[in-house]
Amino acid sequence: MAYEVILLTTMAITVLFALSLNVITGFCGQVSLGHAAFYGIGAYVGAMLTKGGWPLLMALLPAAGVAGLIGFFVGLMSLRVRHDFLAITTMGIAFLFVGFVRKQEWLGGEIGISGIPAFGFGRIGLLVVALACAGLFAAVTIYLKRSWMGFGFDSIADDEDTARILGIDVPRFKLWAFVIGTAGAGVAGALYAHHVRYIGPDSFGFVESVTVLAMVIIGGIGSVWAVALAAAVLSVLPLWFQFIDDYKLLIYGLLVFAVMRFSPNGIAGALQSFRRRLR
Amino acid sequence: MLALDLLLQGVVQGAIYALIALGLTLIYGLLRILHVAHAALFTLGGYIGVIVTNETGSLPLALIVAMVSVGLLGIVIYRLAYKPLLDQSPLVALIASIGLFIAFEEVFRLVFGSYGLSFENPPLRTQVNLGGGLLISHSKLLVIGMAIIMLSILAWLSTRTRTGIAWKATVTDSQIASSFGINIERVRYLNFFIGSALAAAAGVMVALLTNLVEPTMGAVASYKALAIIVLGGLGSVRGTLVAAIAIGIVESFGTVYVGHILDRDALAFAFLVIALMIRPQGLFKAG
Repeated sequence: MAYEVILLTTMAITVLFALSLNVITGFCGQVSLGHAAFYGIGAYVGAMLTKGGWPLLMALLPAAGVAGLIGFFVGLMSLRVRHDFLAITTMGIAFLFVGFVRKQEWLGGEIGISGIPAFGFGRIGLLVVALACAGLFAAVTIYLKRSWMGFGFDSIADDEDTARILGIDVPRFKLWAFVIGTAGAGVAGALYAHHVRYIGPDSFGFVESVTVLAMVIIGGIGSVWAVALAAAVLSVLPLWFQFIDDYKLLIYGLLVFAVMRFSPNGIAGALQSFRRRLR
Repeated sequence: MLALDLLLQGVVQGAIYALIALGLTLIYGLLRILHVAHAALFTLGGYIGVIVTNETGSLPLALIVAMVSVGLLGIVIYRLAYKPLLDQSPLVALIASIGLFIAFEEVFRLVFGSYGLSFENPPLRTQVNLGGGLLISHSKLLVIGMAIIMLSILAWLSTRTRTGIAWKATVTDSQIASSFGINIERVRYLNFFIGSALAAAAGVMVALLTNLVEPTMGAVASYKALAIIVLGGLGSVRGTLVAAIAIGIVESFGTVYVGHILDRDALAFAFLVIALMIRPQGLFKAG
């Protein structure tokens, strides 16, 4: 039972993390190769606060706030650089975060923060909170997608210049996408910190950023359900592959490659064309 | 004296970055693909260089074997992985490339072991005095020399030969180039061959400098080379060169003077982010 609870909590946190990137990359079309930095910011803020005596549920808010605030500044950068330039700039943010944390004694430096207090309501309690956060965020993004803001996001993702000509306030929508997305990642990070109860600079590296981007793209850019499904499956895939331990990363890499090679629109795209064929 | 030493160190590092990043620039310039798996070819070049040198005792032979075989592998990767994805969004190719890179790293670990390989008799370890007490090893001289030679060949190729002119025409507008009778596929194959061979040469050079090749050595190269080509203006060969040397120098000075706040990689990226905020299109215009 304990094992299943841990597995499900991992899934719920990863789904939240992937859905948060989905707002930026999926809805608004802004590629981010550094999303793990905001996951990390949330984790560090959450861990520092609960170590200082705060309850986790209260620490989630500042974790989202700080991540969202820094996300706002990265959003400002996205107004200046675009496409591939933006992808590499966000990748730079990820390295800046890790490189900064590594050298800060008060954040644990290379060693990281250990002994993060367990959640007051136990493992099951944490699972419930993680599920609630992921569910809430999914509901908000589904609502967003159908709202006027979702339409704005969509138009920017489609063709930014045309959107601007049509009078859509591109900078405002972009900033909102970044703030919502990074705040979501901050919550996911704070939950993660209390799930594994140890964090260090290496927990939030480039590989994590790429992994979460892979989840969004394998799911099928923009589709909330498909991204959640891809995140849930991919988050525990390495655990299922445990019996072929030596080859698990090899298979993971090849799988990511194969999905892109044979179904470039991800799971959502594959399902769509399957449904079309059935008719 | 310290400043000169650091400058030299930065130039050597920059020369290696330039060799890796040039291949990426060539590929980006032609296909608009961010080719992350390029770094895997760099690692493979290092492995082939060390293994062939240990078997035959000849470094030049090892360099040639590494460049030719890795160049051919580059063509295979283009044919099997990228060609079918060319009409998709560039993001698809990027993720596919990252998947490929992870898989490659694992293959290296499984085939060559996770501890890395070294030269049995490390070549070119001797030091030369450049005057004024400034010492440099022969291997570092070779790295700088290699970079200059390779770039000169590339410059000659692209401006003085029919193939080079065909290549430039294809970069500018592949449809019009094709209607003038240029075989676009052949240009792309050549492009991947040259780019990959340059990466292999960089791999051998890094192996020489550190006397160690390991499965993860490409990780640093993969993201830093991406940063360099973006900084250089994506697709601009001259910009890539300047950016590579600049990042090399920023790193070597930065680790000494602000190393207590940011680590080496973060320094390079701080420089990148600041430079892009000032010039969002990179240091040079593509072309």
